[in-house]
Amino acid sequence: MYQFNYHRPSSLDEVKKILGDNAEAKLLAGGMTLLPTMKMRLAQPSDLVDMSGVDGLSEIRDDGDAIEIGAMVRHADVASNDRVRASIPALAELAESIGDAQVRNRGTIGGSVANSDPAADYPAAVLGLNAVIKTDRREIKADDFFKGLFETALEPGEIIVAVRFPKAKRAAYAKFPNPASRYAVVGVMVAETADGIRVAVTGAGGCAFRASAMEAALAKDFSAAALEGIAVDAADLNSDLHASAEYRAHLVGVMAKRAVQSLGG
Amino acid sequence: MTENGIGAAVRRKEDQRFITGRGQYVDDINRPHQVYAHILRSSIPHGKIKKVDVEAARKMPGVVGVLTGAEMAADGINGLPCGWGVNNKDGSPMAEPAHPALAVDVVRYVGDQVAVVLAESRAQARDAAELVEIDYDTLPAVADLDAASADGAPLVWDDVKGNVCFDWEIGDEAATNEVFEKADTVVGIDLVNNRLIANAMEPRAAIGEYDSGKDEYTLYTTSQNPHVIRLLMGAFVMGIPEHKLRVISPDVGGGFGSKIFHYAEEVIVTWASTKVGRPVKWTADRSESFMSDAHGRDHKSHAELALSKDGDFLALRVYTLANLGAYLSTFGPAVPTYMHAVLLAGNYKTPIIYANVKGLFTHTVPVDAYRGAGRPEASYLLERLIDKAARKTGIDPIELRRRNFIKPEDFPYQTPVALEYDTGNYDASVDKALELSDYKNYEKRKAESAKRGKLRGIGIASYIEACGVAPSNVAGALGARAGLYEVGTVRVNPTGSVTVLTGSHAHGQGHETTMSQLVVEALGVDYDSVEVVHGDTGKVPFGMGTYGSRSAAVGGVALMNALEKIKTKSKKIAAHLLEASEEDIEFENGQLTVKGTDRSVAFAEVALAAYVPHNYPLDVLEPGLEETAFYDPKNFTFPAGCHICEVEVDPDTGVVEVVAFTAGDDFGRIINPMIVDGQVHGGVTQGIGQALYEQCVYDESGQLLTGSMMDYCLPKADNVPNFSVSTDVTPCTHNVLGVKGCGEAGAIGAPPAVINAVLNALSDYNVDNLQMPATPERVWQAMHGNG
Repeated sequence: MYQFNYHRPSSLDEVKKILGDNAEAKLLAGGMTLLPTMKMRLAQPSDLVDMSGVDGLSEIRDDGDAIEIGAMVRHADVASNDRVRASIPALAELAESIGDAQVRNRGTIGGSVANSDPAADYPAAVLGLNAVIKTDRREIKADDFFKGLFETALEPGEIIVAVRFPKAKRAAYAKFPNPASRYAVVGVMVAETADGIRVAVTGAGGCAFRASAMEAALAKDFSAAALEGIAVDAADLNSDLHASAEYRAHLVGVMAKRAVQSLGG
Repeated sequence: MTENGIGAAVRRKEDQRFITGRGQYVDDINRPHQVYAHILRSSIPHGKIKKVDVEAARKMPGVVGVLTGAEMAADGINGLPCGWGVNNKDGSPMAEPAHPALAVDVVRYVGDQVAVVLAESRAQARDAAELVEIDYDTLPAVADLDAASADGAPLVWDDVKGNVCFDWEIGDEAATNEVFEKADTVVGIDLVNNRLIANAMEPRAAIGEYDSGKDEYTLYTTSQNPHVIRLLMGAFVMGIPEHKLRVISPDVGGGFGSKIFHYAEEVIVTWASTKVGRPVKWTADRSESFMSDAHGRDHKSHAELALSKDGDFLALRVYTLANLGAYLSTFGPAVPTYMHAVLLAGNYKTPIIYANVKGLFTHTVPVDAYRGAGRPEASYLLERLIDKAARKTGIDPIELRRRNFIKPEDFPYQTPVALEYDTGNYDASVDKALELSDYKNYEKRKAESAKRGKLRGIGIASYIEACGVAPSNVAGALGARAGLYEVGTVRVNPTGSVTVLTGSHAHGQGHETTMSQLVVEALGVDYDSVEVVHGDTGKVPFGMGTYGSRSAAVGGVALMNALEKIKTKSKKIAAHLLEASEEDIEFENGQLTVKGTDRSVAFAEVALAAYVPHNYPLDVLEPGLEETAFYDPKNFTFPAGCHICEVEVDPDTGVVEVVAFTAGDDFGRIINPMIVDGQVHGGVTQGIGQALYEQCVYDESGQLLTGSMMDYCLPKADNVPNFSVSTDVTPCTHNVLGVKGCGEAGAIGAPPAVINAVLNALSDYNVDNLQMPATPERVWQAMHGNG
């Protein structure tokens, strides 16, 4: 690890000031990606701005129609939160499937979503449940948020403060974990939302994406059988040491069906 | 059985300190004024070193020195020696290129050592290392066996044609081929034995310390065999005589073979200490372990079995390519030859066997012994082949094995590939495993799995291994360049407590417990009054260390022999104290008694008399009570057994889950059944790891792709079932303990049992072959005809 300056501000204004003063500063949320990268000397921020002391980012609120999760809420807290479990159990279960116990107790939703790791779990929830990303300056719809490999709609210096999940009528997440890292080789969130059926896929492509053909089929007939023969195009998918694009495409179908089946469809 | 003697499941003494974090590992040791070494490693698989510019690094804060291979060579430091020579078919010796601890002209794998930076702190050393400028002329590289053996392949060594280090054989090829020509059935198979990375929990570490006042060297190192390191580094590399070099391997956190070998870093820190006049400490991080610990396995084999129409094995021929990496590691050439091919008889009476093994150089980390070392490769090949023969002939796989087993009445049994098995009962192990696995109700379980949409499969594998290497003269005749005895010293202290000095080395095995049990058994002293000392050449006079499941079978026997000498001398002392004749003294449960009387002395009184010899036969007996025994085994030991695995395959994804695993083993006499169970659990877990999860991958250019736990998949707790284990005992016939060894069996029996089970589960899918690891995608592809 290279040397860096450490800051632990207590307000967003202070955070913004530090970011403004230091072009090479980085936000530290849970640090589950950033810190290992720094240890490997693959990242060299001049300053680390630890967000854990900032007021108001660590709460989970239920406003009736939606659950709003502060950016600094840990995965373990989402997994065990009664309101989340009661209203959007699929989200709690997804959080419970992330990494290992250590990661779940350190990693945060804001950090995960901002990083847009192609194999992270949360992007499938954000996209599948039609969440809204609330930042220090605006609200971004899930459909507009994930732009590519580690790339989001966030502008330089823009800070996620919360993620707002509308309560789906029903939703389920099915994941095929990488046996080594337990990241998603493929993860599929199927949800029946106020805006219709949504099917969001993580792990398979450059970033999370929606499987629109599957959504259309499920809108007509919410059953695993309705997904038979509907495949995502392998040409757009990742191919690596752990799975070929062809196998990933196949797994998207299997995981989507399993999610639907777990909802009784 | 005494309470804490042989056969008792005594809790492990050493666990108190391990579990409470009081262990002392090399990295826990800090020497006054030490500096920290950071080793610069090649980032390319193959290249000529044009220039190493260290000037900028030398000026960095805290830097004490930057040393290169050229300086090391100028100091007359030799390369790392190979401990086992192998001959080619034509009798000529293998190619044995130099293996400098710091590369001088050419780098040959990603991770090859190029220079070392020494600084006041680890961070400073690493910071400075970034300023060392190394210019390479990049050269083409070969990483795998196909590439290395292709026509016109880039050469790892200019003078080693075709990258062939050796082209070795055992058996009569022409005579074997003749049998094949007349056989009713011939079954062939092509198998890859996947390359593995041991990943001991504790990364390697070393501290070198030179005392110029006494001209003495001390090396602290994470070794399984400090005496061997003293021999190799002292005599072959640095020219330091034994009495001036002390090697200490304190608590060591796992080895699995990867810490047997003499590594470059041991030389680097010791030599560097002489250069800067301060102790030099190096500790690998995990990334460094991946690219510098010797890797394991990496074979490609074609094997054929000839059978009669009744299913009798008539002949076996095997052609193996073995990846040795870029340089010869300490025992690299022995593993695919004398640890592999000589095991190809397995548990069977195959009358004629031929094996040809070509060891190939590649631009990868050196390959050497990993838990089982050669024997898992042999067992896997044979047991896969037999299952295939069973499918082809329609004979039940268990019946086919039983039909060809060497039977109890056949022992001692001379195999056609050099070994003579002393004893065994393979049917008994099969019976035990069938019973424990509830084999007879398997079809019910299969039907139940089917209801849940899962394909259930069952697989069996018998195995045999040769452990406790070996008579030194035999090993020497086969190419070993060291003795293979073991040493035990028993020091009875004046109060009757006992200090054991053993040349074996524990790095997780629990020797402090099992060796104490041997002392309790022999002398009847309290378990808590025994201290076992190991891992320090300054304290333990000699030894050959721990590998190949040899600690009980060789080290334990040496200790028993020393204990026997203690008993003999104690009887003489007791005879004097009791005014009786030596022949009339009985030594039991810590008491020495005149036969048929109630006259006795306690062992502690004898000990006291030996050290305070006021009433002592000084005219005929030396005072003191300390004895040493060197034990050179008469033969290998031959643990054997039968493993049965049940898997469920998810047909939608190809995921294989091991749902039941049964081990019926024969390890000879058992000293501590709890420790033996633990060894089986660990070995089977690593075997399941090889079968389903682990795969070291280099890309075509020679870059290591699986350089972290994110990409190299070790089995985790939720990947293994509860194990059913049992041991049937046919005591080893040629050592006084009757022990055979248990450390490697799990890793040997499990891979073929798992893969045979997976193939059994896929029996409706016409899958003819499947390579390890049977990853979900590989299984899924095989089910869809892309095997």
